[in-house]
Amino acid sequence: MARKLKLRIWRGDASDGGLKNVEVEANEGEVVLDLIHRVQATQMGDLAVRWNCKAGKCGSCSMEINGKPRLACMTQVASFPEGEEITITPLRAFPVIKDLVTDVSFNYRKAMEIPSYEHPKNLAPGEARMEQVDVERSQEFRKCIECFLCQDVCHVVRDHEENKKSFAGPRFFIRIAELDMHPLDMLKNRKQKAQEEHGLGMCNITKCCTEVCPEHIRITDNAIIPMKERVVDVKYDPVHWLGSKIRKREGIV
Amino acid sequence: MATGVFSESRAKIKERTLRTDRWWLQPLITFIVLFSFIIYATFRAFENKYYFLEPLVSPLYSPCLSTACVEGSSLLGQPFNNEYFGIGISPALFILIFPLGFRMTCYYYRKSYYRAFWMSPPACAVAEPHAKYTGETRAPLILQNSHRWFFYAGLVFNVLLTWDAIIAFRNENKEWGHMSVGTLVLLFSATMLWLYSLSCHTCRHTIGGRLKHFSKHPIRYKTWTWVSALNHKHPTFAWISLFGVAFADIYVRQVASGAWTNFYLF
Repeated sequence: MARKLKLRIWRGDASDGGLKNVEVEANEGEVVLDLIHRVQATQMGDLAVRWNCKAGKCGSCSMEINGKPRLACMTQVASFPEGEEITITPLRAFPVIKDLVTDVSFNYRKAMEIPSYEHPKNLAPGEARMEQVDVERSQEFRKCIECFLCQDVCHVVRDHEENKKSFAGPRFFIRIAELDMHPLDMLKNRKQKAQEEHGLGMCNITKCCTEVCPEHIRITDNAIIPMKERVVDVKYDPVHWLGSKIRKREGIV
Repeated sequence: MATGVFSESRAKIKERTLRTDRWWLQPLITFIVLFSFIIYATFRAFENKYYFLEPLVSPLYSPCLSTACVEGSSLLGQPFNNEYFGIGISPALFILIFPLGFRMTCYYYRKSYYRAFWMSPPACAVAEPHAKYTGETRAPLILQNSHRWFFYAGLVFNVLLTWDAIIAFRNENKEWGHMSVGTLVLLFSATMLWLYSLSCHTCRHTIGGRLKHFSKHPIRYKTWTWVSALNHKHPTFAWISLFGVAFADIYVRQVASGAWTNFYLF
């Protein structure tokens, strides 16, 4: 059954902007992205919005709905109580381009800073083998759809623009964790780099990244905290450090 | 210059948050509960009495290590004096740094108190009030990396508090084969402390999380899966064990002061 909904949609660009009121019809089973499309088709023809798959898998329609970072295509209209006004804004951690579209290139720059996988020199392409149990561990991190909601909600950069230089963010901590837990990755000092170059130590475990992840990746528990513990192994644990020197290896096998 | 969500390049929105839910409720409850515990524990640590009545000893005073300890309450002897530089020191003050340090550096409590006490941030997508933020990269917060040392110390405390619960299967005359309500209270507290410790992220890392090849270490991997299952409930164990310790102390205090009678089941 159709119902009328009141929306407040942020419109503007980097120079100025504000919330515009609009009323739109919503049908049963619709998501917020449907409403935005209806507004775009009937009332605001030049409303800018980024979207693609409408199935929660491309990560394009990230925005903030009633102040929470969410995918518009996965936010059911029915989840809002009757009569509640829905406020839709662009992601507030990134520079706005127009209306609901932000410039997320910060994330791509950070992606390029992460050292990639280093294959063992004694294994030719095609010779590498991994046990399923080792594959499963990083499989969770491969679910990431790069919607950057975790990057948006992380207060380290959301509330402190100046930290963007030195902080990679949760999305890239799961990338680092995935590589550091990879049985065949040969790159040394990944842990040290995580701490010293990618800002792992700036994370204070407030778990907002985990709360907003639409893929339900346990970012904090399975990637960030394990990486923090691995950093402690190599930087803040003299017993472990001594053991690694005696046994002539990095200490983690 | 404006920073964060009010930075020049970001969407011009004057509100710190547009969240419409009661985002402030959880940090408020956390603040009230933790602050109450801190006040109570501080009062008890300095009270220096009503912590022992055969066979029950309060977890806030065990092991009781100073010469001021009530006779019979010292499990590991009395290596410390009851005063230094003319200042009397409660026996609790010699030991509380360890359980306190374990909880202060715990990954779950960090989340809780950073939100509730320091508002960094108060809740997700709610702008924090601080102008600068360096996280856990410099003193004093870099000391959070000492969590594993407090974890090891916590395990020693768990063994001692479990022993306290076992010797509570005696009566006032130190005869074995008895059980009182106090025994159950100490057992519950010790059990919850074990669950809290074993579900800890550091435990998970030490048991198997630090490995690169799970397949080469099947026993450690299996154990890691068990600890990981417990780890899901770490916040729950954190709170229950905190209440368990507080209640055990309240119970022993009431019994030792004569306000309550320690009822024996057999």
